[in-house]
Amino acid sequence: MSGFIQQLINGIHVGSIYALIALGYTMVYGIVKLINFAHGDILMMGAYFGLFSITVLHLPFGLAIVVAMAACALVGMLIDVIAYKPLRNAPRISALITALGVSLFLENFFRVIFGAEPKKMPNIPSLEGGFVLGTIKLSYVTVLTVILSIVFMVALQFVVKKTKVGKAMRAVSEDKEAARLMGVNVNKTISITFALGSALGALGGVLYSVAYYQVEPYMGIMPGLKAFVAAVLGGIGIIPGAMLGGFVMGLIESLSKGYISSSWSNAIVFGILILVLLFKPSGILGKNVREKV
Amino acid sequence: MKLRKVFAIGLSGMMALGLAGCGEKAPDTIKLGLIVPKTGQVAQYGIAVENAANLAVEEINAAGGIDGKQVQLFSYDNKADATESINVFNRLVDNDKIVALVGPVISSTSLAVAPLAEEKKIPMISPTATNLAVTPDYSYVFRACYTDPYQGGTVAKFASENLAAKTAAVLYNAGDDYSTGLAEAFKATFEAAGGTITSYEGYTADDKDFKAVLTTIKEKQPEVLFNPDYYNTVGLIAGQVKEVGLDTIMLGGDGWDDVQKDYADVVDGYFFANHYATDDPDPIVQNFIKAYQDKYEGNTPNALGALGYDATKIMLDAIAKAGSTEGEKILAALQATDTDAVAGHVTFDENGDPQKSVSMIKVEGGALKLEAKIGQ
Repeated sequence: MSGFIQQLINGIHVGSIYALIALGYTMVYGIVKLINFAHGDILMMGAYFGLFSITVLHLPFGLAIVVAMAACALVGMLIDVIAYKPLRNAPRISALITALGVSLFLENFFRVIFGAEPKKMPNIPSLEGGFVLGTIKLSYVTVLTVILSIVFMVALQFVVKKTKVGKAMRAVSEDKEAARLMGVNVNKTISITFALGSALGALGGVLYSVAYYQVEPYMGIMPGLKAFVAAVLGGIGIIPGAMLGGFVMGLIESLSKGYISSSWSNAIVFGILILVLLFKPSGILGKNVREKV
Repeated sequence: MKLRKVFAIGLSGMMALGLAGCGEKAPDTIKLGLIVPKTGQVAQYGIAVENAANLAVEEINAAGGIDGKQVQLFSYDNKADATESINVFNRLVDNDKIVALVGPVISSTSLAVAPLAEEKKIPMISPTATNLAVTPDYSYVFRACYTDPYQGGTVAKFASENLAAKTAAVLYNAGDDYSTGLAEAFKATFEAAGGTITSYEGYTADDKDFKAVLTTIKEKQPEVLFNPDYYNTVGLIAGQVKEVGLDTIMLGGDGWDDVQKDYADVVDGYFFANHYATDDPDPIVQNFIKAYQDKYEGNTPNALGALGYDATKIMLDAIAKAGSTEGEKILAALQATDTDAVAGHVTFDENGDPQKSVSMIKVEGGALKLEAKIGQ
């Protein structure tokens, strides 16, 4: 039984990171209908920015997170302006291929600058150790990851539902042209969406590198793909769906590693994507929206 | 007029001399190829081997070369990738015209190059490819290290005899020949010695999270956990062993070498099999360490360095003894190798595998200590 609870804790830890990254996918998809494959690399850059804030600038961990999030928010907006904005009215497939190109560019750019050798994230003294209840261990890293993820998800939900910016985002996502006619600055809104999504991705990246100690140029690929699956699982374009999808993914992964086989877990996780697409293409929380003719 | 003639004669004389110089220089070097990973997960291995090979070549050249010819080393990065290894091998053979090859470093890339070396009749010695399948089918392929089954079996013997362990868990990279080879041999030998394998779990190279599988392993409380993988993954797993509170002794193979550099705190008190120990008092070992430190700013060579040095020396000795740069003659000289090397005395069996001893190393306070030498 304690083993099962431990597996649930492990699953929620990984799941909350997937959820953070999935939010970026889902927000961008919701607003420009683009699957931003470079989002996994935002996670990687976030981890690098976090690493350098700690090792080079000697910032405390909390401040390092802020620096990484701010830097990635900027990079996210920059990517949008340089790579995606010129293609706003091009066929969707062009933007998708551009996203793959941006992803490859970022990975190789970081590999050339910093090398492919994984860099070790230093131990964060304040995060060592954890709570022990019998045989169950709950490390401080896990607690911090889950709390930070939930706080930022709630904050995001507040921004989207209660603020003027959020209202603009919802308007643009519903109908870009109508929003423009109503006086919404569409490009600015899209930029803000990229910034928010990228900041959350960076947070995910720093938390990921603290949990798994290593920072390397290709570290974003796997969690990026899994977060994408999480976003689809929950219903792409729907913010609570991404959160739910992230946690479900983390739990499935953890339980299949624990009780089936760790070499099968990726096959199971991606198998689930196929099943979801077959039976409920719009995701767990997705509604079937009829195409406007 | 006269002056011009003198000038012309002088010039043509100089040109002739210059040309003679060129003509003389070309066949005067012995071209040795080296394939190592200098970027990627195991870059530290490749760099260690390259440094050591450079040292061995420099020593031979300083002592007058082979039959008065200097040795020229051509070194390329294969990024620890099989396809890339084949590309650089072709480049070494077709463009650089090497007579013999040292490398590649890791098993999967050596397996890719071995059939090509056989086909082109280029004698090849991998310093560190421990997978069983690297040598048997290819007469031109040798190695300077012992094989995976031999190593995995020795670690199992160490676990059951020296540590008196009765239960063991095995966690290995199911997508890697090296890791799988060691895991299988460990399991077979440990069970033959009367031990029980409580878990036998594979993972994939992309996995970063091992807490789920470690939690399952923890429930069965194995006395030792065998994790035959390379240092970066070992560091990752060892940290998570601590995180889930699994109380066990981790054991590993030579892929652990260098793990103490970044992960000393999480692997403290654990053991791994290696090719040589820096605290071995043998003068061959100590002389090599000193020469390496003098050349590379006080860096102590790891086992990869020792094997890279041994492999290069063995190959150059064979070329010297063969008195020729023909593949077949070098091959015959290699087969007759009987020499004291840094990582133990080396003779080759019919497969091209060396017969030598295994050192079990303990990580203690960030340093590596020789725990036991387990014989042939």
